[in-house]
Formats: sequence, structure tokens, C-alpha cells
Amino acid sequence: MRYAMAIDTRKCVGCSDCVVACQTENNVPVGFCRDWVVEVVDGTYPNVSIELRTERCNHCDNSPCVRCCPTGASHIEDGGIVLVEHNKCIGCGACIQACPYDARYSHPDGYVDKCTFCIHRVREGKNPACVSVCPTSCMSFGDLDDPNSKIVNVLKNRKFKSLAPEAGTKPQIFYLI
Amino acid sequence: MHTRRKFIKISSLGLGATALAGGMTKWVIGASAPKSLSSGSKMGTAFRMVPTYCEVCFWKCAGWSYVSEEGQIQKITGNADDPQCNGRLCPRGTGGVGMFTDPDRLKTPLMRVTENGEQTYREASWDEALDFIAKKMKEIAEKNGPESMALFNHGSSGKYFTQLLNAYGSSNVTAPSFAQCRGPRDTGFELTFGESVSSPEVTDIRDTRCLVLIGSHIGENMHNGQVQEMSEAIDNGATIITVDPRLSTAASKSKYWLPIKPSTDLALLLSWIHVLIYDDLYNKEYVAKYAEGFNELKEHVRNFTPEWAYGITTIKPELIRNTAREMANASPATLIHPGRHTSWYGDDVQRSRAIAILNALLGSWGNRGGIFLKEGIKVPDFPHPEYPKPKWSWQDTLNGRYPLAKESITNTIIEASIPAEGNTHQIKGWIVSGTNLVVAIPLKEQLMKAMQSLDLLVVVDTMPMEITGFADVVLPECTYLERYDDLRATAHREPTLALRMPAVEPMYETKPAWWIAKQIGERLGLGTYFNYTDLKEVLDWQLKQLGLSLEEMERIGVKKYARKTPAYILPDSDHKFKTASGKIQLFSKELEENGFDPMPKYTAHAQPDDGFYRLIYGRAPMHTFSRTANNRNLVALMPENAVWVNPQVAELWGLKKDQYVWLKNQDGVVSNFPVKVRVTERIRWDSVYIVHGFGHHHKPLTYAFGRGVNDTELITNVMTDPIMGGTGMRGNFVTFLKDEPKKEAKL
Repeated sequence: MRYAMAIDTRKCVGCSDCVVACQTENNVPVGFCRDWVVEVVDGTYPNVSIELRTERCNHCDNSPCVRCCPTGASHIEDGGIVLVEHNKCIGCGACIQACPYDARYSHPDGYVDKCTFCIHRVREGKNPACVSVCPTSCMSFGDLDDPNSKIVNVLKNRKFKSLAPEAGTKPQIFYLI
Repeated sequence: MHTRRKFIKISSLGLGATALAGGMTKWVIGASAPKSLSSGSKMGTAFRMVPTYCEVCFWKCAGWSYVSEEGQIQKITGNADDPQCNGRLCPRGTGGVGMFTDPDRLKTPLMRVTENGEQTYREASWDEALDFIAKKMKEIAEKNGPESMALFNHGSSGKYFTQLLNAYGSSNVTAPSFAQCRGPRDTGFELTFGESVSSPEVTDIRDTRCLVLIGSHIGENMHNGQVQEMSEAIDNGATIITVDPRLSTAASKSKYWLPIKPSTDLALLLSWIHVLIYDDLYNKEYVAKYAEGFNELKEHVRNFTPEWAYGITTIKPELIRNTAREMANASPATLIHPGRHTSWYGDDVQRSRAIAILNALLGSWGNRGGIFLKEGIKVPDFPHPEYPKPKWSWQDTLNGRYPLAKESITNTIIEASIPAEGNTHQIKGWIVSGTNLVVAIPLKEQLMKAMQSLDLLVVVDTMPMEITGFADVVLPECTYLERYDDLRATAHREPTLALRMPAVEPMYETKPAWWIAKQIGERLGLGTYFNYTDLKEVLDWQLKQLGLSLEEMERIGVKKYARKTPAYILPDSDHKFKTASGKIQLFSKELEENGFDPMPKYTAHAQPDDGFYRLIYGRAPMHTFSRTANNRNLVALMPENAVWVNPQVAELWGLKKDQYVWLKNQDGVVSNFPVKVRVTERIRWDSVYIVHGFGHHHKPLTYAFGRGVNDTELITNVMTDPIMGGTGMRGNFVTFLKDEPKKEAKL
């Protein structure tokens, strides 16, 4: 089992519903977020293009945050989901420095927090909150080891990229282009 | 200036109001709230799911409030059975709980009093406030007649105050959604097809093969169903053509982006019509069968070639031809989107007519992928005595102007509230429900004058919006999450009903609008018009007439019905349009009879002087007008607006990214607050762009105060549409002030 996410940049309108849904689903304190939206503008008027994409923890196969964690709070769960065990976390922030995606933040309660792929929902057979609310349905979540999953199908049929591949982290979020 | 009605800031009352709320708080307000629940402690918590439909915008998506065992609203999600949202709310709906938890909410009735020569508000009991309103309304009815009361409304609550005014004897009910927004579009489509495209619009974006957006920025306006359908259209490989001086989100997803010179849209539309007719691309069978006036139209557009339009619009002729061909190739599954906010340049009905005519030439209305035929469910009216017939109504305030206005015009009601010689239809009292007129309406001087002249101004709102500072009485309404409301009956692809019920009891001293209207009605001796003790009785009675019950709706939230009529015109049917002749009016006799151009013409509009840029405004997906600017669940996504400036312009002015500037318009009006500069290639060099709804200047909105700039304060040039009174607001030009302007002392 290998959970992953595919995000269709042709459909994302950057509305940030994913951000709000994550905040209310996971009690992310106001002013912080586990996911966010990026707009990249390229070209000069009128030959301009935009890419809009929602970003979050890439749940990397080769995750520098897990490797650098001194207490073992950052760890990999079944299905490749990278998690932080809050009780073990001392809030040192080494993982925040190590992450090439800036996906982690210091929670005001003293630990480091990040996207969990909504593991509590996934275990109930639901999609992560961000995927479930997206008005454009631009996100697909699923198991890369399941040949019948939507995500495998999407990745078979579309061009995609991942972020900062040069970091060698083997990210598991794929952007359809 | 005469200041009988001095603007009062509500902030000084904060402490007392909070004290009043003690003991009945259902939710810990402020930063401490999420912490107690963090660490993922709610995993596995049982929630009660309570049906609602959203009130953060007019789309009214049905959803579920998740209420924890402790009685807290944890989150709101979409109702999967609702075709308006398909289980997916937009960011504002997802963050709607922020309206409920907003610490700045109105908490108790407030009444204007003079203490030590200073006007201020004092807290009042509901009885006191309602008695005062009833007394004043009685006086107005005796002195000026009940017709002298007017209602300005937006949203679900307006219904109950409309009921109150109708029972009282007035039909002067108005909303900015007509003259400031969709009015020109609705009038243009009614003149052409005999009916408007309604709300939610009957646009078949889901199945379209070619979608044309002209000034409509789907994806930035989060009209949820349309955003979802545009995404489906992208999946289906539909061709999208977007006309916009700005690379909007939709433009960035389009095969063709036409970066038009602002104010010249009508020239482009006319040249598209020219190409469709003279290149023989229009849907001949459809036009022959359903439309009249084709020969006149053909003659009319003879000279409107793409070469002619190029000189006006800056869009290359081949691009005009190619896009016209794309539309024709997909016909009749082509949709020229009618837009929504269409009050731009004062000739907006004519522009909407041109859009309607294009749709007609392509056979869109009544065909899959174009405009479908709506079907709805009629909810029976709860029995009440017949309303008295008013002696006059808003039509009488028009004085022969705007002959084709089918709905009341806010500005003429405002004008009729100012005493003047010859004003025989004087308005003396206003109820304002759910609309922040001070920010929404252009022509502020007229508005201020009118408010100073009133005998009674009642404002009903959930938040201390700017308008509340002008009221004699402020009534705190509970939010949509704390009340029952009328059934949402939608006419669309499929008929649906949706229920809103309270997730929690109203906080503070707030009350639902239906209760407020009924209380005022009873005090006026109009109790028979409100013959129920609770709105639940009305809902249950209505639902029983439809073979349902309140109990069932409380369980399902949304009821979908199967259609009884076809959604598209059947090939062999003798379809009649709702025009007088039953045919689509390419040539409008009605316009001709009223002294207007029967077919649209291009008129050149003023262009900015050197150093000035056209002020274009629009929406952001995480905000609804000015009403979400204080919503803590949304503000982090966009705390303030920025002025978009083309890099060439920025260089010319030496403007840097994130620098704050003041904007000054062509009439010398300077923005209240400075605004951040966003240097971006996404905007033309002759225009600047800002998102509407920011620059609140009312301190009680503790978060929103002073953030960004309010576009409507810079809209002092209003071009009124002579056909229906729409207030065209895109003819304003601004320049940059890099240093804080000195406030001129008034002598």
C-alpha cells in the first residue's frame, strides 16, 4: 500500500477551499495551515500563463524530516504517510529546516505539525478533507499499489511532475500538467 | 452639514454587550478555541449532522453542520444530494462557521440616544427596540402613508421584512442585486428570450462544447455549481474562450484569451455576430424556426467587421474570426455566458442583448451544452389575509425614467428619500436587512443625504457593518447557523428543496429575522399576517402540502424531484419562447417602442487621461463582497486586497511590490486607506484591478478595519442605463499617490 495524491493544475482555480477544509477538519489554529495554494505567473502581457496548485507535505519515500528527527516523533506509518507524534515531539524544529517543501510549522502548543493525509479519515475509507471538498475535483487520492485506483489511472494517462525532484526526496504528490 | 443622524461607532459598547451574553455562550470565541480541541483529539468524536443551506453568498449551497456533543459547530460540509454543490462547498461555505464565531458580532439591540449633547447607542431590550420601531412606523403611516416605508434587502432575511412591509401597505422593496448587479443582464435576456437566466443560472456549462466568458471570472467568483461545471467542461475537452483585460483564472484555463481593451466589449460582440452571419456560420434551422428580426439584424451588422472591431478592441481580426468559428463548430452546445455583475458602462442592457443574440444565432437556448430549460417546485404560500393595495409604489419614483425596469431600483428609492420640490412620493423610513449600503451603493453623497432625511432607519444585521452606524435602531440577527429559514426551492436542471435549521441556539441576544418581522407586525396590529408562533409551523405546513414533513427534511436536508418536463427543446416540438410573439427577438420592438435602439450599437466610452488607469474590480474566491472581510476563518487566505499594476506601469511610477499607495480618482477622491501594490503581468497597462469588499472604515469590525481599499468609494462616476436604471461603475480612473495625502481642512 502506498498512498499518494495527484493534483490537476489545469483544473485548480486556487480558491483555497482545501486550506479552509483542512483547518476546520484538523483544528489547525487560525493563522497556520497544513496546506496552501501557490500561483506561478510566467511570461509577459499578453503572453502570460498561470499555474495554480495546492501544496502540502509530499509524504516522501525518502523523507529528510524523519531522518533528522532526534526523538523519533516524525515517522512513517503504513501506506507511507509521514506523521508527527505530538507527544514525542520536543519542537526542536530540525524537521522544519530539513523539509524542502516548507510543509511543517511550529504549532503554538509546542510541537511540529503538518499534513497527515487526514489519516483518521483515510482509515474510515474516506478521502482527505481537502480532496473531499474541492469544488473543481482537481485532486485524486489513493493507493499506488492498487492498479484499479483512480490515481493510478490518472497518472497512467496524464503528464505529471513533482516538486523539487532534485532534492531526491521521492515525493508522493504528483501535479498533472 | 445637518447631522441629525450622526455616524456612531458601535465599539464603545463592546464590553457591556459581552457581559450580557455571559452564561449563554455556546462556543469559546477567539484564539483559545481551537487549542483545546487540537492534538487530533476529536478523531472518533460523534457529531450530530444538522442540515442547512449556506448564507455566505447567494448560491445557497445545501450542507451539514457538524455539531459536537459539547454543542460546538466543528465544521460545515456540502450535502451530496444537492445539485447546487454536489457535496462540495466553496471556501466561504467551508469557513462559514467564522460568521458564527466572529467576536465582533452584534450582540444586543441598540438604540440611538443623545447623552450630554453627544449621539451614541445604548443597549436596549428587544421589547423597547421593537416598541419604538412600531411607534415610529405608525407615525409614518399616519403622516405620510405606509407607502413611505422602504426595505433594502439581500439574502434570506429579506423575505420576512417584505412580508411585513406588504402587510403594512408598502411595496417599496428593493435590493442592490438588480441595479448594481444582474439587472442589465436580466433585462437584456428578457427582451430577447422572454425570460432571464435566473439564479443559479440555467447555463449548461457541464455539457458545453464551447464556453465563452466575457467579463465573467468563474473560479474567482465562486458560484459553486458553475465552478464545478467549468472543471467538468475542462475534463471533457470543451473549448473555453475568455474575454478579459486581465488574465483571470478562467482566462488562464482557456484555449483563447482575448485581452480586450476595457469598455469595448460591445464592438467585439457585434463583430462576432457579423462573422456568424456573413461567413454563414449561424444555426440557420434554429434561427428560422425560433427567431424573428434576422434580416434587420443582418443589415444592422453589415459593417461591423473584425477589421472594424480590431481598431476598437485591439483584438486581431483573425482571432475574432477563429473564435467565432469555434463557437459555430460547437453549436448548439455553445454557451456565451450571460455573466452576473453586468452594470459596467451604462449601455449594459444592450451589451447583454448582444450576448443574448449571439446565443440565439448559435441555437444555445434550449439545447444541451447551451442554456437548459429550468424546472422547479412551487412551495405554497402559508395562508394569510390579502395584502392591502398600496396607493403608490417604486414605479412612481421613476418619473418616466427607466421604462423597462422590472425590479425596483435602489438609487431611485434613495433619491425619493431626499425631500425636494416636486418629490410627491417621499420615503420617510427604511428597514435595511443584510446589505451594507454604505459599501455596496455608488453615489455616496446622495445616500448620506437620504439617510439624514429619514424619520426612521432600522438596520438588521449580524455584524456591525458601516450601515449600522447610521441607524436609529440596530437589531442583532442570529447567523444562518442558528435559525430556521424559508425553504430553498430551486428551479434548475432538477427541482430541489433544501432546509435550513439551527445547529445551535442563537448566541447573545440575537434573533432570527422571521421573529423580528413578526414581532414588529404584531405591534402594528398586523398579527393575522403572521399567524404562527414559530417558523417551524410554516415549514411543516408547506412541506405537508408537498407530501413531505419537517421531520423528514430535518433528516435529509435536500429533496430532489424528478423532472416532469424536458430540459431541452425536443426536435419536433413547437417550442414557444416567453416573448409576446413566442419568438426570440433579434430585433426588439419593445426597445424601439420605448425610444431605444432596437438592436445593440457600439458607443465609445471615455478613456483614462495620462497618468490615470481604469479601475476594474472583481471577486476573490475566498470572499463574498464586504461581508467576509472580518471572518477569521477566511481572512488569513486574503487579509486585504492589492492593486494589480502592470510591470511597465510600475516601472514608470517607481512602484515596488508590496509598497502601499493611495488611489485618487478622476474626481479627486482619495481612498480612505492605502493599498498594497501587486506588480503582475496579468493586467493590461491601461487598467488596474482590485478585489471588491475591502477597506472597511468601521472600527467595530476589528479585523477588517483599514485593510485594503474600497472600490466603491472611488466610483464617483456612475453611468446609468436609461433602459432599466443599472448603475454602470466601470468608468472610473485612478492614479497613484505614493505619500499619504494631507487631509484638507474644511473651512
